[in-house]
Amino acid sequence: MSLLEVPHRTTVIVDEVAGDRAFRRRIMEMGLVPGTAVRIIAVAPLGDPLTLELRSSRVSIRKREAALVRVRT
Amino acid sequence: MSTASGSGGGGGRPLVALAGNPNVGKTTLFNALTGSRARVGNYPGVTVEKRLGELRLEGVGPVDLLDVPGTYSLVARTGEEQVALQAMVGLGTERRPDVVVVCVDATALVRGLYLVLQLLELGLPVLVALTMSDEAGAAAADPELLAQRLGCPVVPLSAPRKEGLTELTAAIARRLADGAAAPRWHWTPSRSLEEAIVRVRAALPPEWPANDAMALWALMSLDSAGDDELERIPPALRAAVEIEAQEAPAIDDEAIRARYRWLDAQVGPLVKTAPDRRLSEQVDRVLIHPVGGLFLFLFIMFVIFQALFAGAEPIIGLIEQLFLTLGSGLKRALPAGLLADLLADGVVAGVGAVVVFLPQILLLFFFLGLLEDSGYMARVAYLMDRIMRSMNLHGRAFVPILSGFACAVPAIMATRTMERRRDRLLTMMVVPLTTCSARLPVYTLIIASLFPSQRVLGVLPTGGLLMVFMYAFGIVMALLAALVLSHVIKPLKARRLPFVIELPPYRLPRGRDVLHMMWERSRLFLTEAGRVIVVCSVVLWALTSFPREPAQPSRDYQALASSAASDEDRTELEQAKEAERIQQSYAGRLGQAIEPAIAPLGFDWKIGIGLIGAFAAREVFVSTMGIIYGAGSDVDEQSLGLRDRVRAERRADGSPVYTPLVGLTLMIFFALSCQCMSTLAVVRRETGSYRWPLFLFAYMTVLAWTVSLAVYQGGRALGFH
Repeated sequence: MSLLEVPHRTTVIVDEVAGDRAFRRRIMEMGLVPGTAVRIIAVAPLGDPLTLELRSSRVSIRKREAALVRVRT
Repeated sequence: MSTASGSGGGGGRPLVALAGNPNVGKTTLFNALTGSRARVGNYPGVTVEKRLGELRLEGVGPVDLLDVPGTYSLVARTGEEQVALQAMVGLGTERRPDVVVVCVDATALVRGLYLVLQLLELGLPVLVALTMSDEAGAAAADPELLAQRLGCPVVPLSAPRKEGLTELTAAIARRLADGAAAPRWHWTPSRSLEEAIVRVRAALPPEWPANDAMALWALMSLDSAGDDELERIPPALRAAVEIEAQEAPAIDDEAIRARYRWLDAQVGPLVKTAPDRRLSEQVDRVLIHPVGGLFLFLFIMFVIFQALFAGAEPIIGLIEQLFLTLGSGLKRALPAGLLADLLADGVVAGVGAVVVFLPQILLLFFFLGLLEDSGYMARVAYLMDRIMRSMNLHGRAFVPILSGFACAVPAIMATRTMERRRDRLLTMMVVPLTTCSARLPVYTLIIASLFPSQRVLGVLPTGGLLMVFMYAFGIVMALLAALVLSHVIKPLKARRLPFVIELPPYRLPRGRDVLHMMWERSRLFLTEAGRVIVVCSVVLWALTSFPREPAQPSRDYQALASSAASDEDRTELEQAKEAERIQQSYAGRLGQAIEPAIAPLGFDWKIGIGLIGAFAAREVFVSTMGIIYGAGSDVDEQSLGLRDRVRAERRADGSPVYTPLVGLTLMIFFALSCQCMSTLAVVRRETGSYRWPLFLFAYMTVLAWTVSLAVYQGGRALGFH
């Protein structure tokens, strides 16, 4: 399933990062590689962007891109 | 990109580069190591600042310490991101560092070391400075063990307690003595990747380090079809990478995953527990809460705005008084004449025009420092992103645009907080459209003179409504301009750059660092923008002051003055003479020259003089019109005398110069034009070129003229006059 479909505050494991090259490179270099645990912890007032907890730090990405991250529980 | 003349050994001091992820305390460390002295310049061609300081090492002497822009990886996609690479490797115009000190946040160890792995692969002499070691506390990794596994020295630091600084400098000195290092890979590329690397390696330009890591960098950074915005990449290299384009995502995957695999296996276990982020989490619960967070945010922004808008007023008033006193003191001390006037009204007033911005700059950077260092600024970007994005602006543009309502000068300097040049430039181009406080005296004068006590719907005063309208007009135009410019002007085009922003943990801002930044920004403003402002000031003074006597006076003022009946009469004569003088000055001639251009807007040449004078500062329009209309130079927008004269002005055919329509047009012209030499001076300082201030001036002038034309002519067509 995609990261967007996961209920907030649930930890999941990354399976695959799809999307355009620039995004993939960037988010993977920040540590979101397959096998890493991640969870959504917040959403901005207008629904976008989201805050993720990734390797004990917080990263914010857009909904559109979060939809391209495939995860498993 | 070619290597500049070798390392420190060749005719210069040793160079130590200070690198690392953003938000790891790199700047704090830089300040601690270099004291408050750093030379600030620009990397050529980009708006990234280059900070170079001096560090004294035991047994080595002084070395240059270069603050490299924070980055998560060497892989780059734009010219700006390339800067970090160039600085760390020594490409392009940059010297090759003798040691690269990488600041790694001990509480985000694995991610911070990703960059270190890349540097080790390149064979750079690396040293890891573990910052925030105090925060990591007992859970921190053992530096010895870490050093062993990585293959480079690791020094733990703790900023608040200044621990580790001596160890760090000693380690840097040792590393310098050790000399060059060899490439070290903690993973092995697959067969196919290795082959691709070898092929690309053959196409690397001779001035680049000829190693596998550079080839891998090229494979990972260059996009096919030149989609990236990297600079100075030789066509041969592009062609070689292009051949491997199909495998690009697989290459990215392999390299990044391999590095993290090693890091998770070798470094992960060294970190005993995850850092305690509960406090940050709780704070964030409130601060970025969809409802509460927004209110809190608005409140904080309001406080900042009030401080800038109203809080700085008393000090600004004091500074203005100070310079006025200096000026008149000078006039008394020197024999009356050209020199005294030049020094007092030209130079002293010019310097005063620069210093008067200091309170707001200091105040704004004080707040910016607090916002940035505490980590809240990232939340601002996060909260405002959705709204700003629809105008192709960055979330971080909110604070600069908000400050623009007080004054554009510090606001433009505040665009520094944005990482991407394109975002910075676009914001700089639209900030001057917000209704800055200098426009208020002009609006007040016009509204009070021409729209006195009418009421709309019998309740709302026209004056108040108009003021609110002008404010709304300003912000709407600013946002529209952002939208249009971002579609039309190539360097400002919205690029679909990946939005991946780190929200750093909340930390207490360090007073020292905030003060240091306030001082540095002010110093840069005073010396660089200040120069331009003083020169423009003197030029404008000259335009309005020469010739010094009316060239063709309509009466014999001398004779009339001596036979004047009272002081009042004498003053009136003085003012009348002044009026004629300015009308016949160079500015006056210029005003007449531009009259054909502004006549379709309903303005006459006298207003033209005012517009020219207003270039020094918008509020100068009021005092200039005061002189022109014989009301004296020390009138302000509250003067009843000036208002009367404004209403009384007549054209050659007897019709009034200032009608409500003309007044409205004039306000709109002021709203949209760039009449502020100081704004242009700071844009020049921040962008490092004349291109952008020229563009700003040009597009705003065209915009102002066109819209004013539409308003005036449209109004005439509708039957108003």
